[in-house]
Amino acid sequence: METVRIYIMGKEYSVPAGLTVMKAMEYAGYKFIRGAGCRAGFCGACGTVYRKEDEYKLRFAVACQKLVEDGMYLVQLPFAPAPRASYDLEKIRPSDNVLLKFYPEIARCVACNTCTKSCPQEIQVMDYIQAALRGDIRRVAELSFDCIQCGLCSMRCPADIKHYHVAQLARRLYGKYLAPKAEHLAQRVAEIEQGKFNAELDRLTRMERKELTKLYEARQIEEGVGV
Amino acid sequence: MLELSSKELQRAVEELSGQKVFACYQCGKCSASCPFAAEMDLTPRQVLEYIMDGRVEVLNSNTIWICASCFSCMARCPNGIDISKVMEALRQLLLRSGRDQLDLLKIPEADLKEIPQIAFIAGARKLIG
Amino acid sequence: MKVLYYPGCSLKTVAESFERSAKLAMAALGVELVELERWNCCGTVSALTTDDLMHQLAPIRNLIRVQEAGEERLVTLCAMCYNTLKRADLWVAQHPEELAKINAFLDEEPDYRGKVRVLHLLELLRDELGFATVKERVVRPLTGLRVIPYYGCLLLRPREVGLDSAENPRILEDLIVALGAEPVDTPYKTQCCGSYHTTTHKEIVAKRAHAILSSAREHGGEVLISSCPLCSFNLDNRQRLVRELYDGFAPVPVLYFTELLGLALGLDPQAWISEQHYVDPRPLLEEHQLLKR
Repeated sequence: METVRIYIMGKEYSVPAGLTVMKAMEYAGYKFIRGAGCRAGFCGACGTVYRKEDEYKLRFAVACQKLVEDGMYLVQLPFAPAPRASYDLEKIRPSDNVLLKFYPEIARCVACNTCTKSCPQEIQVMDYIQAALRGDIRRVAELSFDCIQCGLCSMRCPADIKHYHVAQLARRLYGKYLAPKAEHLAQRVAEIEQGKFNAELDRLTRMERKELTKLYEARQIEEGVGV
Repeated sequence: MLELSSKELQRAVEELSGQKVFACYQCGKCSASCPFAAEMDLTPRQVLEYIMDGRVEVLNSNTIWICASCFSCMARCPNGIDISKVMEALRQLLLRSGRDQLDLLKIPEADLKEIPQIAFIAGARKLIG
Repeated sequence: MKVLYYPGCSLKTVAESFERSAKLAMAALGVELVELERWNCCGTVSALTTDDLMHQLAPIRNLIRVQEAGEERLVTLCAMCYNTLKRADLWVAQHPEELAKINAFLDEEPDYRGKVRVLHLLELLRDELGFATVKERVVRPLTGLRVIPYYGCLLLRPREVGLDSAENPRILEDLIVALGAEPVDTPYKTQCCGSYHTTTHKEIVAKRAHAILSSAREHGGEVLISSCPLCSFNLDNRQRLVRELYDGFAPVPVLYFTELLGLALGLDPQAWISEQHYVDPRPLLEEHQLLKR
C-alpha cells in the first residue's frame, strides 16, 4: 500500500495515499463529533489549513474533499467565532447602507485580498466585500454564490470582517427584493388556486396502482435529465 | 498610558513619523493654522514641545484624536515638519497597543443610514487599531 | 475622448448626484468617463506612518487595475480618492524598496510599474480641455449666481499632490467665471470641514460647517460648490444640526462643481438632483431660472 506522511497538529502519521484529509484523520484515530457534516464538499463544516514542507504559503481546503499529500502539515479549523447579526428580512430593505449597518467592520477592509487567497471555493471574496462597501448587493450575491460558509476568510482577515455573514445577508436581500420574479411560477400558482388542475388530480388519486405505474413509465422524459 | 521612557517616546515618534521633531523652533504657526485648536487640550505646538521635553503624558492629550489630518499645519511649517505625521505616530502608538477610539457597533442607526462610506472608512482607519 | 475614471464608494451611494452630473456634463463636452473595472476602495486616508504598507495596498491595487486596462491616466472625482491614490503613487515612486515589498505581497497581481498618473477631473478641465473651451460650450451662462468655491483640504494639501496653490488656489474660481457665475471669496475656502469626525464628534463638524457657511453668507454667497462627498455631507446634511445649535443660521445649498457645470452646459438638473441634497437647491436655481432647459 502506498502511503504518505502527514502531520496532524504537529504529530507525524503515515496514512494511505488517496485518502481525503478527513478520512486520513479518521485513519489516524481522530473521531469527528463536530467539524464534519455532509462529507461531500457542500456544508463547509470541515475547513482545514495546511502547509507543505517545501512551501511557505498557507493553503486552505475542506477536509472532506482535499486528498492528502506527502509532507502536509495540517489542522482543521472547523469553526469561525463569528456571530451573525440579527435582522428581520421582512423589515429591512436593500438600501445602499444596509450591509454596512449590520456589519460596519467592512469599512476596515484594506484590500489585502487575504480572504480571497483563503477561500477553498475560489470565490473573489475581497471583491464582494468591496461591492458591499459601495452598496452593490446584487454584485455581492453574484460573487458569493458558491460560498459554503466554512469561515476561513473570516479567520484570516486583518480587519476582523465576517465576510460570509455579509454575503449571506446580501444573498437574502437579493433573493427577496432584487432577483427578477419568476412570472411563470406566479401564473402556475394562480392556476392551481383557481382549480385548473383539480379534475386531473382527482383522476390520478382515484387511479388503480397498476394503471398509475403504467402511466408513470410512459411519462414524457426530457432528454439529458437524469440522476 | 503606554509605559514608555522619554527617549523611547521620542525615538518611536521620529521612526513612525519619519519627521525630525527636534527641528521645531516653537513658532506656533501650526497652532495658528489649526482649525480645531479650540477643541484641543494641547495645541499642536505644545504637542511638539511635550515630545521634545520627553513628556510621555502627551499620549493622554485629546489633541491627537481631534486632529483630522487636514494638513494645514504641515503646509505652513517653516521647518518642513509634517506635524500631521507626528500626530499619526502618536495615534498609532496607542492604537497598536489596543486602545481603540471608535466602536463601529455604537454608531447610531440614523447615522449609519446617511453618513457617506468614506467617513466610516476614514474613521475606522484613524481611530481603530 | 474616452477617459478612465475612478468613482469611489460614496459616488455609488450618497453622492450619486456627483457621478451622474459629472458623466452627463463631460459627455456634453465630448468626454466619455469610462469606469475602471474591479476597482476597490481607495482607502480614503493616506497611510502616514513610515511602516504602514498595509494601507498602501488598496490604492496601489487600483493603480494596477489601470495598468491592466492599458491606460496610464486615471481621473477621479472625489477629493479623498484623488488625494489617497495620488499620494500612494508618489510614495511608492519615492520608496522603490517599499514598492518591491508591496509587489511581493500582491503576488496574485502583476507588479505595479509606477507609470500611472492620477488626475482630478478639475485638472482635466483646466489643463486638457481648457476653461476657455468650457466657456465656449456654455449655453446657459450662470449670470448673477454668486458661488462660494470650497476646496477643503485634499485637493490642495500636501503641496506635492495639490492641484493648485495650497494658500491661494483659483482653479474653482476660474471654472466659476468660465460658467458665467460670480465667485465669492471667503477666508474659509481651504479649511477642513471636520472630515470623519462626523461619525463620532458631530458637534465639531457642526461648528466647522457653521463657520464655513456663515462666512460664505456674510460674503454674499448663495451656493457652495464642493468636490468631495464627505465635505458635501458635512456642509450640507449637517446643517440640520447647525440650525439646532446656532440661532439665526440661514441655510446654504451645497452642490458638486459638476452640477454647476451641467447647469451651464444647458443640461436638465432633474437628471441628477435628488433628495440626497439636504438643503434643496431648487428654489435658488428656480430664482435664477436655471431649472428649465
